[in-house]
Amino acid sequence: MSKRTFRVWRGDAEGGRFVEYNVEVGPGMVILDALHRIQAEQSPDLAVRWNCKAGKCGSCSMEVNGKPRLSCMTRISDYEPEQIITVQPLKTFPIIRDLVTDVSWNFEQNKRIPPFRPKAPGPDGKLRMWQEDVDRIQEFRKCIECFLCQDVCHVLRDHEKKQNFVGPRFIMRIASLEMHPLDTVDRIPQTLREFGSGWCNITRCCTEVCPEHINITDNAIIPTKERVVDRFYDPVAMLTRKIRGEDPARAREEGKVP
Amino acid sequence: MSDQLVQIGGHGRGFGATTRSDNWWIGPTLTFLGLSAFIVYASWAGMQGAYYWADPYLSPMYAPLLFVDPTAPGSAPVDHAWFGTFPAWWSKLDGLLPGLPKRALSTPAALILIFPATFRLTCYYYRKAYYRSFALTPPACAVEGVRRGKYRGETHLLLFQNLHRFALYFALVFIVILAYDAVVSFFKDGQFGVGVGSIVQTVNAILLAGYTFGCHSFRHLIGGRKNWMTCDGGKASTHHRLWLGCTRLNGRHMLWAWMSLFWVGFTDFYIRMVSMGVITDLNTWD
Repeated sequence: MSKRTFRVWRGDAEGGRFVEYNVEVGPGMVILDALHRIQAEQSPDLAVRWNCKAGKCGSCSMEVNGKPRLSCMTRISDYEPEQIITVQPLKTFPIIRDLVTDVSWNFEQNKRIPPFRPKAPGPDGKLRMWQEDVDRIQEFRKCIECFLCQDVCHVLRDHEKKQNFVGPRFIMRIASLEMHPLDTVDRIPQTLREFGSGWCNITRCCTEVCPEHINITDNAIIPTKERVVDRFYDPVAMLTRKIRGEDPARAREEGKVP
Repeated sequence: MSDQLVQIGGHGRGFGATTRSDNWWIGPTLTFLGLSAFIVYASWAGMQGAYYWADPYLSPMYAPLLFVDPTAPGSAPVDHAWFGTFPAWWSKLDGLLPGLPKRALSTPAALILIFPATFRLTCYYYRKAYYRSFALTPPACAVEGVRRGKYRGETHLLLFQNLHRFALYFALVFIVILAYDAVVSFFKDGQFGVGVGSIVQTVNAILLAGYTFGCHSFRHLIGGRKNWMTCDGGKASTHHRLWLGCTRLNGRHMLWAWMSLFWVGFTDFYIRMVSMGVITDLNTWD
C-alpha cells in the first residue's frame, strides 16, 4: 500500500473548487476505488455516479488528468507514482454535483432518430439476413452509452453546437440503422439537415476515447458522410438517378434496400 | 487537504486550455513539421523543371510527362512526353513572377501535381491531420482549439471536401501511370535490368496503391454503400470481398498515407541526385 494524491473537483452549477485528498492505494486499484475510499474515509458527501464497476454500464464517465475515461477501467498504476491525479466531471454536460453531470441531452437526441422499421416479411412470413451483412453494424452494438465520445467531441465540447450536431454517438446510431439490410426508413436527408453530419471535421477524438474500441470514425461517421455525399454532393450520381428516374427514399421505403 | 478556487468543473477556457498532463502537443507538432517539410520540398522540386529524369527513371512528381522543355538540364527526351514540347507562349510565362525559379511555370509538374495534392488535401486522414496541426480545431483531444466563434465544420467553406471521390478517380489513374513507369524503369535501351532506381520507383507505386486502395471513399464506392453485400444464401460477393480487402488497407490508412508521402519525396530526391550526377545508381546495365 502507498499514498497517492487525488485532486478532485467538488461543487455544483453555482461553482466549486479542486480539493486534494491523500488516499491509501494498493495494487490493481482503479480510480473509482480511490473515489470510494475518499467517500468511506474522508468525504462521505462526494457525489460519483457508478453502477457495474466492470466497464459495461457507462455510468462512471469522468475526466482523469484531462482525458475522458471510465473511472472503473482506469488503473491508478497507469500514472507515475509521484503524479497528482486530477479528477473532473465531463466538460460537455451540465454539472449536477461534484463528478456527476446531467447527460439527459443525449437521450433527447436519441429520441429524434427515426427508429428501425423492417421491410415486409417474405412469403414464408420470415425476415432473413446474413451474418456477413450485419457484421459491421454489430460493432456499433458494443456501445455502452458512456458518452465519452460526446464529451470529447470538440463541436459539442468547445463550440457548444448542441443545437446543430447530435454528436458521434448518434451518428453511429444512424449508421447502424442506415446500414441495416432490413430497414426501410430513409434518414439521410435528416442526417445532413437536422443531425448535422457536416459539423464533424473528423478529428477522430471520439474513436480515441471509446472504451469499447469501436472505430466510430472509420466505420460509422465517414460511411455516413459518404452516404450523404451520394445523395447531395455527387453531381454524377445525382444526374444518373435523375436520368433513371430513381428515388432512393421511395426505394428504401418499398424495401428495395441497396 | 488543500483547496484551490477554479471554474465550473475545473475546466479552463481559451485556446490550449486543458488539464491533460501528457505531452499532447508532440503529435500535432510532428504532423505540422512533416507536412510542412513535404509541401516545401514538393513545391521546390516541382518548380525546378529540371533533373527529374535519369534514364530510365522518371520522378513521380513529373508523371505523366505531358510537355517537356528539352533545353532544361536533366529533362526527359521529347519523345517521352505525351504532347511534345511546351507551346512557345507557355514558355514565355516564365519570368513573369519574379523570385520564382527559372522554369516555375513551364515545369511539367505544374500540370499534374494538383491532382495528387487534391486527393491528399481532401483525404479523410489528412483532414484530421491538418485540422489538428494547422487549423488547431482542436490541436488534440480534450484540448481547446482556436475559438473562432464561427466554427462551421464542413458545412460551408469546407463543403468542397465532399468531392474527395472525384479526386480519388484521378488518383486511380495516377496509380496506373506510376505502375507503368515502374515497369518501364526496368528497361533501358530496350534491355531488361534492375537498378536501385527501379526498386525505388516500384516501392513508390506499391505504397501509393496501398494508400489509394485503402481510401475511405473507395471503400464506400466498392461495397460500403450497399446494405446487402452478400449474394443470396450468404455467399460472399465480389463487392463483399473487395470491401473486406479495402477495409484491411483502410485500417492502416494513416500509415500508408505517411509512408507513401515520404516515399514520393524520396523517389524524386533519388532520381534528382542521380540525374545531377551527385550519386551513381547501382544497376545491371552499366
